[in-house]
Amino acid sequence: MKYSNISLANPNPHFVTWQQKTAVALGGVGLLFMVISLFNLTQALYQPLYLYGSLTLMAIGVTWYSVELYKNTEPGIKNDGVWFDSLVNRGLLGWVLGVVLTAFYVLLYWYPQVLGLHEDGPNTGIVHFFDPLSQALKGQPSSQWFVYGVLYTFAILFFGIKFLLKYRHSRYHTIRTLSVMFFQLVFAFLLPEILEGLNASTPYYNKDFKNIWPLHYSFYYEWNLNGMLEGGKLGMFTLVWGIMLTFVITPILTYYYGKRWYCSWVCGCGGLAETAGDPFRHLSDKSLKAWQIERYLIHSVLVFVVIMTGLVLYTFFSGKSQILFLDTYQIRAWYGFLIGATFSGVIGVGFYPLLGNRVWCRYGCPMAAILGIQQKYFSRFRITSNSGQCISCGNCSTYCEMGIDVRWYAQRGQDVVRASCVGCGVCAAVCPRGVLRLENKKDIFGRAQRLRAEVVTEDVHYSE
Amino acid sequence: MQKIVIIGNGISGITAARHIRKRSQSTIIVISKETDYFFSRTALMYIYMGHMRYQDTKPYEDWFWKKNNIELRRAEVTHIDFDKKSLHLIPAGPHTTNEESTRMRYDELVIATGSCPNKFGWPGQDLSNVFGLYSYQDLERLEAISEEIEQAVIVGGGLIGIELAEMLHSRDKEVTMLVREENYWDNVLPPDEAQMVNDQIQRIGIKLHLNTELGEIGGNASGKVTEVRTTSGLVLPCQFVGLTAGVHPNIKWLDSNTPLETDRGILVDEYLATNVPHVYAIGDCAQLRNPPPGRQPIEAVWYVGRIMGETIAHTLTGHRVKYQPGTWFNSAKFINLEYQVYGEVPPVIGPPFESFFWQHATKDAALRMVYHTETRQIIGLNVLGIRWKMDVCTQWIERGATIDHVVQEMRHAHFDPELHKKYYPEIKQQFAKRQNSRIA
Repeated sequence: MKYSNISLANPNPHFVTWQQKTAVALGGVGLLFMVISLFNLTQALYQPLYLYGSLTLMAIGVTWYSVELYKNTEPGIKNDGVWFDSLVNRGLLGWVLGVVLTAFYVLLYWYPQVLGLHEDGPNTGIVHFFDPLSQALKGQPSSQWFVYGVLYTFAILFFGIKFLLKYRHSRYHTIRTLSVMFFQLVFAFLLPEILEGLNASTPYYNKDFKNIWPLHYSFYYEWNLNGMLEGGKLGMFTLVWGIMLTFVITPILTYYYGKRWYCSWVCGCGGLAETAGDPFRHLSDKSLKAWQIERYLIHSVLVFVVIMTGLVLYTFFSGKSQILFLDTYQIRAWYGFLIGATFSGVIGVGFYPLLGNRVWCRYGCPMAAILGIQQKYFSRFRITSNSGQCISCGNCSTYCEMGIDVRWYAQRGQDVVRASCVGCGVCAAVCPRGVLRLENKKDIFGRAQRLRAEVVTEDVHYSE
Repeated sequence: MQKIVIIGNGISGITAARHIRKRSQSTIIVISKETDYFFSRTALMYIYMGHMRYQDTKPYEDWFWKKNNIELRRAEVTHIDFDKKSLHLIPAGPHTTNEESTRMRYDELVIATGSCPNKFGWPGQDLSNVFGLYSYQDLERLEAISEEIEQAVIVGGGLIGIELAEMLHSRDKEVTMLVREENYWDNVLPPDEAQMVNDQIQRIGIKLHLNTELGEIGGNASGKVTEVRTTSGLVLPCQFVGLTAGVHPNIKWLDSNTPLETDRGILVDEYLATNVPHVYAIGDCAQLRNPPPGRQPIEAVWYVGRIMGETIAHTLTGHRVKYQPGTWFNSAKFINLEYQVYGEVPPVIGPPFESFFWQHATKDAALRMVYHTETRQIIGLNVLGIRWKMDVCTQWIERGATIDHVVQEMRHAHFDPELHKKYYPEIKQQFAKRQNSRIA
């Protein structure tokens, strides 16, 4: 009789090992330093040692915990118990996290003085806590945005490591995740901060070379345009590159690869969604109703940003801030408040634990709207269905962060061509029958036309 | 207007209903005692494992049925009066208090009542906490007793058995599988593939007893299972026994003197018609009198139910067509190992056929191609840990492509995710090496 017991390899270790507990404790201590720094209790805390110590402890905590979580598991899909976990099934922990994240964004956008940013005086609080790193990178004091940038990058890097371990059986996911980690660390964080330090003598302008209008809605604001125009060669390059990105590079890449080249390989919002946001992906609403709301909302934002930018440029060239009854500065302020801050920040990330990790990308991002229109009508990208092998189980739809009812297409044997698909590839990964595949193929107008052949007779092949 | 009544809201019955609606304005009523709405039975395991909730397993939103004018009725059919073309129904469902029987007339009747788990008369098989996993109610029962389960024994080495084992394992139950065969599912899989599955099972810590048969199931005074004894005398304490030794057509609900001709299932001709006019049977509960070449009379498989549903919809809407399922295909996922089969891959391959088998040295990937020794035409493919395109594979088989052609053209079937490593050069090399060694 053949007998075997290798039960050391428990596929779903719960929160039981001393290593997991230690990892959480270490990370917690790191986080605690940061939280305490908000309260200005003692000057001693604002030494570089505490900032770097805090970040290091958190990095160790997340990484060690992730390794411990997945080390005894077989490579493969790891969704056991997802809907039983209070943190990710809109349970108590999920709501607590949602409230904390939302509160953080509210302070960040509207009450930076609470975080320690003071217009007339040196930094205090958590902003002061980050001064050593800001000084080291660009020779300037920190700001609430610097704090945010560091934490954001940290989240993508270390939750990226967690994601890499979770999806280690898939080279597509490995390479894609390394890509978002790279673009966040180098293009969104290090390069802009270092260039800022090197060009401190010229007026500020945004130096993130992968941030594209209209997601980067302030690109055509006069302070940014003036900054670039007065910024010498680098400023000129930034201006030309920025315009090229929107009007030349984006359409070409989207034709060949769909919007995924940006949304799940390069973009910072996408980067956070795919790493720290991954555990919340199943919370997106899959109903037809949600799809209808999505189309109205995202295209409204696109119209809004185009009008707003048009008005801003009108003011830039004419010097007049009034056109008909519209005050261009007022419109711009409303866009910044409603879309830039409330939608993309507070709701976009704060509501991860409630509405899923792609709320902003799905309902709000005007860049995603443009890429989506092109993806739908003029791109090689599609998700192909493997004919009749679908068992309608629903894993693909459940784990689609964009709320696409992938199963609707898969069970018909139809290619998925949807404006919103960011090409993360998770539907194909979780499919237990190998039914879905992301592809770029030439026949762009033949996409999504063909359905699974019914096996009845030839003449009804295309009846569904 | 023509009134079509369908008994059963699984994949067969629902596919029939949807396709009838596409083609006609008939009144369509689908009766189920199991659930209010169609859900994917294959996804039951994912609910238990926490991958999905029940509502996520419903392929269509609840408004879909009303919008498409398909009436869903939660009820149990207690009797069919074939002469008067009417059904006797009693309401079903958790909130039902009304037990009154009602009648429903039909013009055309489609029976799609699915399967039941097999029981082979084992002593103790009717103790509580001993059941299979087939229906939504089975899942509810399993969920209800889950707290009590520390050890579970799964009897039978089929597709549901391994799913049930994986489910319980995901909740940290100590799971033991009793498999009569020499290797898991080796009445279907050739030994190499079957051993790969053995390995999948054992690797995550499920105990697999091969060549082992259930002797009896023991219980306590309150009628609950406490242990399982094998015929070889092994005693396994347990609080749950999963009976997964296959399924049989669910037809016991028919009257014992029913005029429907039945054998193991409801007998149907190539138009899926029973011996009684205007009555049809599809899916797991149907038994073909003359199955197409290479096919079984009863095939309790999702895809077969779907194809039969599509077929009967045509016949019932004025376009009478034969059931032509085409080349056999199926798929499964054994823990982390995906499996696809196209055409015929018998568990024991002998003359006039032989096969080429390739397995990756370290990774869980393998490929078997069965072909005719003389003509070299392939008749079947087993694909494990690799994804291949169904269209390409079935066309190879239907057009009689030779193994040499298929080995050369493998990349056309490629369906693995982008950026994944391709094994084709290695497979080609190994194929060439074996051909050469045989010539030499």
